Order: sequence, then structure tokens, then C-alpha cells
Amino acid sequence: MISTTVRSRLPRFLELRSRPKVRWNSSSAEPPPAGGHAPSIATSELLRTTRDSALRTPGLSWAEDGSKTIVGGRETRKMNTYQAVRDAMSIALTKDESAVVFGEDVAFGGVFRCTMGLAEEFGRERVFNTPLTEQGIVGFGIGLAAMGHTAIAEIQFADYIFPAFDQLVNEAAKVRYRSGGQFNVGGLTVRTPTMSVGHGGLYHSQSPEGFFMGAAGLKIVIPRSPIQAKGLLLGSIRDPNPVVFMEPKILYRSAVEQVPIDDFTLPLGRAETLMTGNDITVLTWGTPVYHCETAIHMLANPPPSIEQHIPSSLRSAKVELIDLRTILPWDIETVTESVNRTGRLVIVHEAGMTLGAGAEISAQVQKRCFLKLDAPVRRVTGWDTPVGLQYEKFNIPDAVRILDAIVETLTY
Amino acid sequence: MASLVRLRSIPRCVPRASFVRTIQTSADTTQLQDSPHQSEPFTVKIHEDSFRTYNCEKPELDVQVTKSELLQMYKQMQTMRRMEMAADALYKAKMIRGFCHLAIGQEAVSVGLEHGITKEDLVITAYRCHPFAVLRGGTIKGVIGELLGRQIGMSHGKGGSMHIFTPTFFGGNGIVGAQVPVGAGLAFAQKYQEKPNCTFAMYGDGASNQGQVFEAFNMAKLWNLPCVFVCENNKYGMGTSAERSSSNTEYFTRGDKIPGLQVNGMDIIASKQAVQYARRWAVEEKKGPLLLEFVTYRYGGHSMSDPGTTYRTREEVQRMRSTQDPIRGLQKYIEEWGLASESELKQLDKEAKAEVDAAVEEAKASPEPLAKDLWTDIYYAGTEPPFMRGREREEVHHY
Repeated sequence: MISTTVRSRLPRFLELRSRPKVRWNSSSAEPPPAGGHAPSIATSELLRTTRDSALRTPGLSWAEDGSKTIVGGRETRKMNTYQAVRDAMSIALTKDESAVVFGEDVAFGGVFRCTMGLAEEFGRERVFNTPLTEQGIVGFGIGLAAMGHTAIAEIQFADYIFPAFDQLVNEAAKVRYRSGGQFNVGGLTVRTPTMSVGHGGLYHSQSPEGFFMGAAGLKIVIPRSPIQAKGLLLGSIRDPNPVVFMEPKILYRSAVEQVPIDDFTLPLGRAETLMTGNDITVLTWGTPVYHCETAIHMLANPPPSIEQHIPSSLRSAKVELIDLRTILPWDIETVTESVNRTGRLVIVHEAGMTLGAGAEISAQVQKRCFLKLDAPVRRVTGWDTPVGLQYEKFNIPDAVRILDAIVETLTY
Repeated sequence: MASLVRLRSIPRCVPRASFVRTIQTSADTTQLQDSPHQSEPFTVKIHEDSFRTYNCEKPELDVQVTKSELLQMYKQMQTMRRMEMAADALYKAKMIRGFCHLAIGQEAVSVGLEHGITKEDLVITAYRCHPFAVLRGGTIKGVIGELLGRQIGMSHGKGGSMHIFTPTFFGGNGIVGAQVPVGAGLAFAQKYQEKPNCTFAMYGDGASNQGQVFEAFNMAKLWNLPCVFVCENNKYGMGTSAERSSSNTEYFTRGDKIPGLQVNGMDIIASKQAVQYARRWAVEEKKGPLLLEFVTYRYGGHSMSDPGTTYRTREEVQRMRSTQDPIRGLQKYIEEWGLASESELKQLDKEAKAEVDAAVEEAKASPEPLAKDLWTDIYYAGTEPPFMRGREREEVHHY
């Protein structure tokens, strides 16, 4: 999906601007994109498509011995994100007798196929469908986790998490505190597909991570790729706190990596620096990671159609790209260390600007990095409007908007 | 429109009350069947209108009781009432702050429940939770200490009135109805682990209209969970009477395919019998969930800020107190059946009061939680964020 979105839409958009006389519905073969091929998810260098690079994923910790060193003989397999999520749950169910997976339609594989075959493999007592009752599902999961089970619940879309908001914020997040440490629901992990696909509309494209930022006691995790999804999901399932694990739904199929087949985790609460640089920091998570990569590529190699808008002095700018990964509690150290070095920050997320996660981050950054900042913190986000069906593509922060923000921040 | 008018002029429903026997809620209608015995069990007969059923058989009306159990029940009910009265006084003295919901008048439910279940069964309830916490293995000083916000409190003073837990009591819960699906989850774990136990998920007549209660019913029936849904119908959801809030006030019939049992919740012998019936249903007979509705009454307001007299008359409360009080009912049984004299019961009252008074003093003497405990139990120790904010820069806590 994204490959058609970014790969064809963006250059065509640029091309239209530069050559307005070309007939829009011309039947002639499409010329190559004006700016050459910018990276997209399909060609992203951030994805680890070889065994060697996959095994060298930073922060990766093997479950058997807890070691972080690469041990020879480990295998990887090509997986997309939904296969990696399934793989993680399969490992959790195999290694943990008390683990159960439940949610709407999960026994059939789920709408995004993340639970394909799990019911057949582990039995319908452990992988089962629930009624369409989001509040009930999370409440039920809380009860199950309070009994020491590993409860892996699925809310079919992050947009549907709102009926369960009360259970998550008032019950799951607080039960440890309000019982004085006697009870906890650390075994609870709520998986939910999030972010936009380009045509989801009002109730299938929202990014609700920001709503949970005040719920101390919860953790919110958003992976960007198959390796990240597997490692972070296993990390979330084993984390002794309740975790809401939001999977960018467009990446389920479009992001493909070589994923280590062994049991491994990635650390929660740690951001990952994907590109290093000293001129500007771009902070994001989930799907927009790839839009940011495209934007950074375009900054260095602007297509002719927009070349005039990018001062040539900026083309050699070194951009630091950070994937936040855990939204709550977020890795403030990595972010402030980077911004103190670069003096400039652009935050990109799909949720609306008003009180999106970027609001909290920029407030913290301006406080902690005030004297080091060379430009105001810039946020590139979805609009504050509901996500309309027809204009969803313009709601998503795309590469051009990100590029614009980077240029503006660099030239402030 | 004309047809509608015509329809309306037809009496919509025949008054059913004259045909359907309603539940009676007197606390003293159980009859002695054989001669009371001082040490051996003897049989009593519960009034036949103490139960109403929905798609299930009535529990046995003949019940075996013993003197020692009845006296223990009496003392526990008295102690629970004394504890709630002590909380009331402490609240009025401004020593307890925040929210406080008292269960005075509903003692036959909490004590009856405890006598009908095993120590391994699980209970989860809403905010009117103090007696359950004590009966399920907590202490009076732990409850009062929690209300006072002291270290001795069962949640170390961090929870307060609605947040008290023991290993088999999954807490009071402040959110109306939120505990019910949690209870279904507890029951699922019991079934999964093949434990010979069940969960009693309690809620009030007010909470019974919450959507998630029905979500939990459905899941419990669908998966045949050993979950007994217990509606404590004290006739008022906060300040609204059941009739004004619920289209169907027969809460025991609201489980659709889940059978239900309505119980006189003022007669402790009927309460215990119903709980045993429900437990057998869920655990031994493996018939899945059951709805249990205790018809009871709270003497006080919904919470301490509610005088409890704006939506009901003082006379109504007074009438309930004087004619249907569960403790008086049991007292009458004990005296009429010659199990103990009035002075012996007075002695038990005194002991209950002394026990509560001592616990209150102990709780009062306990220090408040340390400021550092504000920052614990949010995340599992060692997995906290680098810091959490206080009000001021100096108050930011770094883990």
C-alpha cells in the first residue's frame, strides 16, 4: 500500500507541479519520477534485509542466555511485520504456559493475519475469539493478568481502544499503586493496529498514543519494522508492567526484513538513533520513520522540481533520525542529548498536533535544551481535524511536509 | 397518530404484582424445624418467599445451622457495623478525607457471602468494600488505616476507601461496573488452571446498567466461566431509585441465558444458603455463571457527602432499620431459639466495639506514608522511567 502511496504519488505530485501542461489522464506511459527514485518502505535502508545486519540489530538481547553478543549459527527468516508479530506470539505461547491470546477474530487469524494459525497450533483454549466488547476484553485481560497469567489481548483497531480507555487508565495503569504493590497486571499486553493506511477514514486511521501519555503505570510501544515488532512485542509481553503495543498497520505487509528466528527482546523505554548527524534532530515513531527517511534523502538530493526551494548550503546538512519506539515512558535522555548537540528538533507523528505526543516532548525539550536551541521545536503532525476519508493522504505527514519543516528549521 | 392514541388508552400491562409473589425481605422469617442444639447442627426452614428464581431451581429451604456459626455471624456483623460506624465518626471528625462509602445495613450480604464460600474463592467488588476486605483476610486496623491514609493501611495508605485488597479479594473498585469484566477474567483463570473455585463478581443495582456488565455476562456464559455475578440491590444507585434507573428492576433476570436467583439479603441464613447454592452451581456442577441478586438496603447515604434523605424519606429508612435489620433478625433467632441470652449477645457487642476501638487507635497511631512511597508501585521496580514529575523542579523524582 505505502509503496504505491509514496513511490508513485509523491513524484507524480512533484512532477505535476513542474510540468503543469501534461494531461493528467494521459494514457501515455509514465515517465520515470523526476527526482529519481527516493527511498520508500520497499527500498528503505533502515530495514535490515540481510542475515548479518539483522543479527546486529542494536540492543537485541537473546532470551536463552541474556547475551547481547552475536552467536554464530543463528538463523533469520524473511518476514513482514505481521509474520514477525505472529512469530513473537508463537514464542510467547510456547515458552509461557500461562500465556493466552484473545481478541476479536484472533482465532481465525485476525483482520491483519497476526494470529494466523496460532489457534490450530496452541489450541482454542489459549487462542480464542472474544465478542465485540473492547471494554470487556481489556477488563477481562486485567482479571486474567491479576491471576498471574500472561494475557495478550488484541483490540482490532487502535480507534476502538476508546471504550477500553477507562479499563486501561483507571484499572490497568493504577492497580499496582492503589493496592500498595499487592496486585499488578504486568502480564497484560494489549496489541492494537494503529496509524493510517491512506484510506482508513475516521475510525481506522487514528493514532491514539498521545491520549495515554498521562497514564503513569502503562507503557506505550510502537515498533517500526518486523525485527523491532518481534523484539519489542516479546519485550512488552515479558515486561512486568501493562503495555499497550501499537502496530502501524500499513507496515504489516510493506515492511519486510530478515528476522532472527530465535527468541529475543529489544529494550522498552529506549529510543534508537537510526542516522547520526549534528545539524538537526528528526524524532518520530512508527510509519513516519520512512517518510522521514525519504525527506532526509530529498534534502541531500532534491528532485529538480523542488530544487529551487532547498538552499544548496543545506544539502550537506547531517540529519540525526531517532525512532522513539516507546512513547510512555519516553527516552528523554537520548532525545535531549541529541538536541543539545544539534540545536534543532523536528518531531513527526501522525496524531493531530494539539496534545499529541509531540506536545509533551517539545515542552520537555524546550525546557531542558533551551539555551542550546537554535530554532523553535517544529512539529509535523496530522491535522487536528478528524481523519476524513477523502483527504486522508493529505492528513498524514508526508515526506514533502517533513522536508519543508527540516528546511525551515535549518534556516531559522 | 390516531392509532397511537388508541393504543395508549388501552391499559399497557396488567398489574402483575397481584399474580407474582414478590420477595420478602424480613430479616427474621426463618423457622426452627427441630429442637435447637447447643453443639450439634440443627435444621431451620427459610421462608419460601426468600428466593425467586429465573431459569433455575430454588435452593433447599431446610438448612442446617450450628450455634457457634450463628454466634460467629452475629459477632462479625456487629463488628462490621461498628467498623463502618467508626469510619463514619472519623470522617465526620475530618480525619478521613476523600470518598467513603459505608455498607451499614448490608452486613448480611458480606458476612453471609464469607460463610458460604471457601478461603480460596475469589471476590471482587465495587466501592462499598470495607467489610469484604476484613472478612477476606484483612484487618480492621488495615481498613481504617487505609481510610486514614496511614502506613498500616492495607494499601499502605496509597489507595483509600475504595482500594483495599487481600490475596483472595481483588479490591474495591472506584469505577462503577469496571470490576465485573475483571471478575470474568479471574474466573477464566480459575477455569484455565482447573481450580475447584469460583469468582464472585459483585456490583450494585446502579452499576447493573453499565454496558461492560453485559459484556462480562456474555463472555462468562459463552465460555461457561465459574463466575457468580452478585448484584447487591440496595434499591438506590447513588440518589436514584432502581425503578427510576432500570427498565427491568428484577436484576436476577437480566443475564438473558444466565439463570438467576433473587435472595432476601436481609436474612443472613438465606444469604448464606444462596451463596452455597451458587458456589455449588459454578464449581461442583460446572453450570457456568449465575446471577445472584441480594435485595438489601443501605441505611446511610451513597457516600459520606450524601445525607441519604433527599431521594427517600426518613420514615422509609427508619422503617427498614426497625423492621428488617439483618443484625436484629439474627439476634431474634438466637434469642428465640435459646442459643444465647440477651446479656451474652450484649457481651459480644461489647467485644466487637472494643475490637474496633482498639483497631482505630492503632490505625491512628500509624504514621502517614513516607514521601518517597509516592513514587513506588507505579511501574515494576527497576523498570521505571528515568524520572517522574512533582509540582516543583525540586520535587522531580529520579529513579
